[in-house]
Amino acid sequence: MNERSIMTEDEIKRAMMRIAHEILEKNAERENLALVGIRTRGVFLAQRLQENIKGIEGITVPMGILDITLHRDDLDQLPTMPIVGKTEINFDIADKIVIIVDDVLFSGRTVRAALDEIIDFGRPKKIQLAVLVDRGHRELPIKADYVGKNIPTSLSEQVKVSLKEHDEEEGVKILCTNGTESTF
Amino acid sequence: MHKWNRKHLLSIEELSREEILTVLQTAESFKDISLRPIKKSPVLRGKTIVLLFYEPSTRTSNSFSLAAKRLSADVVNISVNASSVQKGESLIDTAKNIEALKIHTIIIRHSRAGAPMILARHIDASVINAGDGYHEHPTQALLDMFTIKQRKGFFEGLKVTIVGDILHSRVARSNIWGLSKLGAEVTVCGPPTMIPVDIEAMGAKVSYNLKEAVADADVVNLLRVQFERESGVLFPSVREYAAMFSMDDEMEKYLKEDALIMHPGPINRGVEISSRMADGKRSVILEQVTNGLAVRMAVLYLISGEKEKTRKSSL
Repeated sequence: MNERSIMTEDEIKRAMMRIAHEILEKNAERENLALVGIRTRGVFLAQRLQENIKGIEGITVPMGILDITLHRDDLDQLPTMPIVGKTEINFDIADKIVIIVDDVLFSGRTVRAALDEIIDFGRPKKIQLAVLVDRGHRELPIKADYVGKNIPTSLSEQVKVSLKEHDEEEGVKILCTNGTESTF
Repeated sequence: MHKWNRKHLLSIEELSREEILTVLQTAESFKDISLRPIKKSPVLRGKTIVLLFYEPSTRTSNSFSLAAKRLSADVVNISVNASSVQKGESLIDTAKNIEALKIHTIIIRHSRAGAPMILARHIDASVINAGDGYHEHPTQALLDMFTIKQRKGFFEGLKVTIVGDILHSRVARSNIWGLSKLGAEVTVCGPPTMIPVDIEAMGAKVSYNLKEAVADADVVNLLRVQFERESGVLFPSVREYAAMFSMDDEMEKYLKEDALIMHPGPINRGVEISSRMADGKRSVILEQVTNGLAVRMAVLYLISGEKEKTRKSSL
């Protein structure tokens, strides 16, 4: 298997700092901002954005965790049901500007499921999307508002994001595989 | 995390420790759905679930029914009194007719032990045992274990005492299987006529003295005195049973400070438990009802997984 590095630890750090600035630039109503990270790595990226925003503006934006399993559109095709994690949104999302955070944007199906999961909790004023990597190949009409890095890929390649909080190392790599992977 | 490969839920005896823990963990995620503004998830959309109850039940059938609805399944209730069972139709014929309506899951309660297993062998739909005779009541045991896990956090070495008519209790049997697999120490307590002779082979200890049996118990699970079954002939009088085996106000001083009082319901106040104990600080009886919903959602979710093609082979 062939692999090459796309982002280093420093580059991830700078990208997340830039996204935090962009979020604040785009949204004047700081008091209505909220972050929700998609399990698993989106959660750690949302935490980093929360810290960065605190560092810039001195405010702590509420943060939640999304598990999108129950809204996946491929459950009927799976041989066994995937393990369901908890969605934890402990604040009222009504009239909030909710920013969904994930590591990789690919087919867009995860984000579609995340939108449905959020709506179960109420009606936010706006929903925006922040991702560390956009690798293309969308299967749904979904676009990110904040992107760490655009990486053109082929379908036979795999994008691997490693974060210190969850993995042993930190960085983004492209792996060449021959098989096709799940788009979730 | 262990994946769930079963098509049916027929007994706790057949489940591994990992499978039990998978259900408990999944239930934790599903419990939150009932706390949201919109108490519904689309996960079983398009699936039809039939409740086939040959014995009266309110809480189990309502709990299953609500669990299925919260997951967006369609639910059909078949009450036996109103059905052609009264006209002499056999269990298998009834089930095959129901299956001909293209349903996915049959939840069955039957007075005969083994009825769900027979059903599972003859039809393609998934089968969930909601209580079969004196054999098992798997979802009750799972919700009891879930309640213990939420309150105590662990099972290894935990002391659980089950009090009452163990002989005629499918709840006790399922609980003993499950709790032993998770490493808890189970003691059963009741009049000698209500303790099965082979119970030690299942891994439970026996006591005929309630005070001794609850003294170091972390959990006391009280079974209902089943007046509609044979219980009435197994002890001289309800008063005598209550005097010896009731969790009454007097018993409180023998309990550990943090002991949990559980009961599968419906409770007979003044028989197996006093009102003060049933409504007291140790009681988790209503939590069991709430948790039952989450556990049944988890079970319905997990067994819905397999593809049509692969379903048959996995029994």
